[in-house]
Amino acid sequence: MKILVCISHVPDTTSKINFTDGDTKFDTNGVQFVINPNDEFGLTRAMWFKEKQGASVDVVNVGGPETEPTLRKALAIGADNAIRVNTEATDGFYVAKQLAKVVQDGGYDLVIGGRESIDYNGGMVPGMVAALTGANFVNTCIGLEVDGDTVTAVREIDGGKETSTTKLPLIVGGQKGLVEESDLRIPNMRGIMMARKKPLTVVEPIDADHETKAVQFEKPAPKGQVKLVSPDNVQELIDLLHNEAKAI
Amino acid sequence: MSVLVYTESEGGKFKKAAFEVASYAKEVANMLGTTVTAVSVNGGDSSELGTYGVDKVLEVKGDKLSTFSAKAYADVIKQAAEKEGAKVVVVSSTADSKFLAPLLAVNLNAGYASNVVALPESASPFKVKRTAFTNKAFNVTEMSTDVKIIGLSNNAFGLKENSGAASSEAFEPSLSDEDFEVQVTAVDKATDKVSIADADIVVSGGRGLKGPENWGMIEDLAGVLGAATACSKPVSDMGWRPHSEHVGQTGKPVATNLYIAIGVSGAIQHLAGINASKVKVVINNDPEAPFFKAADYGIVGDAFEVVPKLIEKLKEFKSNNA
Repeated sequence: MKILVCISHVPDTTSKINFTDGDTKFDTNGVQFVINPNDEFGLTRAMWFKEKQGASVDVVNVGGPETEPTLRKALAIGADNAIRVNTEATDGFYVAKQLAKVVQDGGYDLVIGGRESIDYNGGMVPGMVAALTGANFVNTCIGLEVDGDTVTAVREIDGGKETSTTKLPLIVGGQKGLVEESDLRIPNMRGIMMARKKPLTVVEPIDADHETKAVQFEKPAPKGQVKLVSPDNVQELIDLLHNEAKAI
Repeated sequence: MSVLVYTESEGGKFKKAAFEVASYAKEVANMLGTTVTAVSVNGGDSSELGTYGVDKVLEVKGDKLSTFSAKAYADVIKQAAEKEGAKVVVVSSTADSKFLAPLLAVNLNAGYASNVVALPESASPFKVKRTAFTNKAFNVTEMSTDVKIIGLSNNAFGLKENSGAASSEAFEPSLSDEDFEVQVTAVDKATDKVSIADADIVVSGGRGLKGPENWGMIEDLAGVLGAATACSKPVSDMGWRPHSEHVGQTGKPVATNLYIAIGVSGAIQHLAGINASKVKVVINNDPEAPFFKAADYGIVGDAFEVVPKLIEKLKEFKSNNA
């Protein structure tokens, strides 16, 4: 089985978010970039398939040279090859078209992306890649088993979960649950050394339209002071929630 | 030319999210000087949609669509959009709608903006405001495609009643076997509990509760309020509660009317996930907990003393206001 894991290069979850150039650009100053957490769960599941079922695992990112350390980290975790599509990832549809080309050229059986990236939260790329390549698609995937070309996938739905069966080729929008938090791997020194020698291929983008563009950013209005209520007077909290906040 | 809205239902009843997207679609239609057409699949009473501004409902019925298939449903909506010549398609942020929207976008060669929180800022160029960086910020997205898909955030717009009446007509899209290549074999859903996605109120517990055996009072408080229960990331990582209850940046986003956090310190990732909630309450014995900076109301106190008192007083309040 040939697996491709799509890796987004995103600010660490603890990052403070700021903007520059008149609030038109994300301020990367002092920001640590990581593998998108939803993608990392998928990558770790892919490692499981590699070790237990003999799959090969490639990783891909659509982005500039600054994203290569993130791809190297994926190689250090255990991926075999990395591909970087050399263009700025500004629009989900555009990124999906680039990835669809990589998927078709590489003849992958299983493509795992994240349910969404934690920067733009578009939540569209895996589904679009599926529609563009004609592969099957399961979103918000929290369980994945492959036997031959038959797949059993579990998806998180509102208030529960849903199990389905389908066939490869399959594209998955993954998240926590594909593996547990405790299964995530921190690259060891040997992995990091080996990652330096693994192939990282840079390919040029195909021509495609940009369908959407983030033109302006803003931060939420600053929060007012919290209203404190005495622990001996919870009735006051109920009154405030009823009369002032109108929330109950 | 009308605005098309996908109105989701469950068990033959429209979801609240369906009425919210209908309300939103009505205002978008007003901006563009057109009408609203809804498409429903084995949906509820179409006249209910009229109350929220829908002019016409395309009713799709059939056993084939009785279980959800993202590809088939996307195909249904695509054919409805083409029939209506819709330039704007509105969907909600339920798990199913977020599943089908990217497929629909490719089908219609449409731009898709998810997590939209307000009416379009302008129609030409077409600009919408959406959340980004998991609620740590907003961005204004310009959409340049002929057809645009808007994924509206839950609870971002609210329900707006209109005086109109909806007409309905049967709609029979043509579906292929390819639409059903992902086959649902089992659905595991607690029917006696409110889900986080559908809830008006969410009661959430953190590590401050010391262990899973202490969740009884969280369940009780949620029960009195008709709320869903949730938890912080460490709580789900330690296996005290299921992953499906984990809210925050890598868990579920929560955009509810009232969010009550008990024994949750308020790590930046947690706060990002719940930031879109309207009213936030924190109960924590540590006055320095970061959650107090993000909350509207707070009690500095021992949850094991405060919560039982709160449950008791809320029961009185509920019986007086029933």
